[in-house]
Amino acid sequence: MNKMDLKKLTIPEINNGLKNKEFSASELARTYLDKVKSDDDKIHAYLTVTEDLAMAQAKAVDDKIAAGEETGILAGVPIAIKDNILIEDIKCTAGSKILANYIAPYDATVIKKLQQTGSVLLGKTNLDEFAMGGSTENSAYGATHNPRDLERVPGGSSGGSAAAVAADMCVGALGSDTGGSIRQPASFCGVVGLKPTYGAVSRYGVMAMASSLDQIGPMAKNVADCRALFDCIKGKDRYDATSAEILQATNHKPQIANLKIGIPKEYFSEGIDSDVEKTIKNTISKLAAEGAKITEINLPHTPDALACYYVIVPSEVSSNLARYDGIKYGARATDIKNLLDVYLNSRGQYLGKEVRRRIMLGTYALSAGYYDAYYLKAQKVRAKIKEDFDEAFRQVDLILGPVTPTTAFKIGEKADDPVQMYLSDVYTVPINLAGLPALSMPCGLASGLPVGLQIIGPHFSEDLIFEFGRHIEEII
Amino acid sequence: MDINHIAKLARIGLSELELKKLEQELAAILGFVNELNKVDDGDIEPMTQATGLKNIMRADEAAKSSAAGRAKLLANAPEKLNGYIKVKAVFE
Repeated sequence: MNKMDLKKLTIPEINNGLKNKEFSASELARTYLDKVKSDDDKIHAYLTVTEDLAMAQAKAVDDKIAAGEETGILAGVPIAIKDNILIEDIKCTAGSKILANYIAPYDATVIKKLQQTGSVLLGKTNLDEFAMGGSTENSAYGATHNPRDLERVPGGSSGGSAAAVAADMCVGALGSDTGGSIRQPASFCGVVGLKPTYGAVSRYGVMAMASSLDQIGPMAKNVADCRALFDCIKGKDRYDATSAEILQATNHKPQIANLKIGIPKEYFSEGIDSDVEKTIKNTISKLAAEGAKITEINLPHTPDALACYYVIVPSEVSSNLARYDGIKYGARATDIKNLLDVYLNSRGQYLGKEVRRRIMLGTYALSAGYYDAYYLKAQKVRAKIKEDFDEAFRQVDLILGPVTPTTAFKIGEKADDPVQMYLSDVYTVPINLAGLPALSMPCGLASGLPVGLQIIGPHFSEDLIFEFGRHIEEII
Repeated sequence: MDINHIAKLARIGLSELELKKLEQELAAILGFVNELNKVDDGDIEPMTQATGLKNIMRADEAAKSSAAGRAKLLANAPEKLNGYIKVKAVFE
């Protein structure tokens, strides 16, 4: 295979390259596996490389092509998977010591769907333990480094997936997003990532963190590739009762350039880095010059979203992670005398700091006498946050703003201050609380580091968001 | 907050030192989330589902499982005996 420019290689180019026999799927898989072997030492995006699986999947695609059979849109496309999504017979750690030897007994629905279209799974990517964190520093297997600046974090929790895409160690990747875990690392690493509408993608086979918020979503180098991945994984699934079919917009399709765009005042308040603000506003001005109708809007409950999120998430975490008990699966402590010891010691020894912190907080918030003050109150505030968006979408088609207040921070900078770490999610958590879809896409640099633009739409408006994202790619 | 009680409810065994540190960290986070009390929520219904789905039903049928599937599930259990997961005595 000729030396190809992996930096620019897109899904349509892979489709054409395979069709025109410029390269085979096996050659492509080998090229990416070699790239991982040579470059991942310094980035640490992957926890497991599934070389045998990838080569077998690539060969199946080559056999199909040789037999003159039709192949799917993702045939031969090398994909990385966040290590909290199950691939049958492959180790799945969730970045935790408690699952150091856990072998997935079945495929997640998204994995089944990817395999049906012929994609090639290169491996499992690093994450903050059980997807709890915003820097990938909480992984029990060591931090991932940002390919744009190795001293900085790639963001998190899907930091391994974002770094693998940014370092051309895969063409696309899957992540999961509970409060920004796809969009924030996409922003920090300069790639595109979608947090789909709650229910747009089946969660069967992703490890549950906060079930009223969790979504699986795609990450890629550009908007079109991200969309191709989303189109493959979306849809109702009988194994996830919260999943739903996306109804296609039937009536009017708005002229992209004439859309009404809302800019929330609260997303540019104190705390935002001035270079990030400048880069975002510059993009908005270009859109205005192209004819978009820009209006300032209010999302008055934005400042309450983080507090709301940090009640709901730990509460749901404390319940969901009760399953890691040292009995059904996962590590069990050895120094035990009775059943209670099995629980106390296994969980005490093998769950990491942030995970323990959230389980404790959630246990407290849900304990007798505190439910109304914390969880119930948070669910009411959550309804107010959703009302803000409902009101906004009566006036505008889409909402634009930053993904994060700053660009990627240095490794270690916020590791000891949970509240500081939580603050970097200020523009992403409201979207999960309201169940909305949002795209993070690169729109420029601030002091040499990527800045992510966030495009937020009404429920199930992914098609419109992607079309608008493509338009922005053309004008910036 | 009775940190020992919470740790026991959460089934997490921690050292005295870890409990002390957690107590401080939880107090800081609770101070932060107590801001919620300032929000006037009127008489709004608490939100339970984002996209308006409710009562999603399915047929109450047992799923078929295979011996190979059972073997994969059991292989992950730390301790087993004759095809069962082994547990410490519940009553002593």
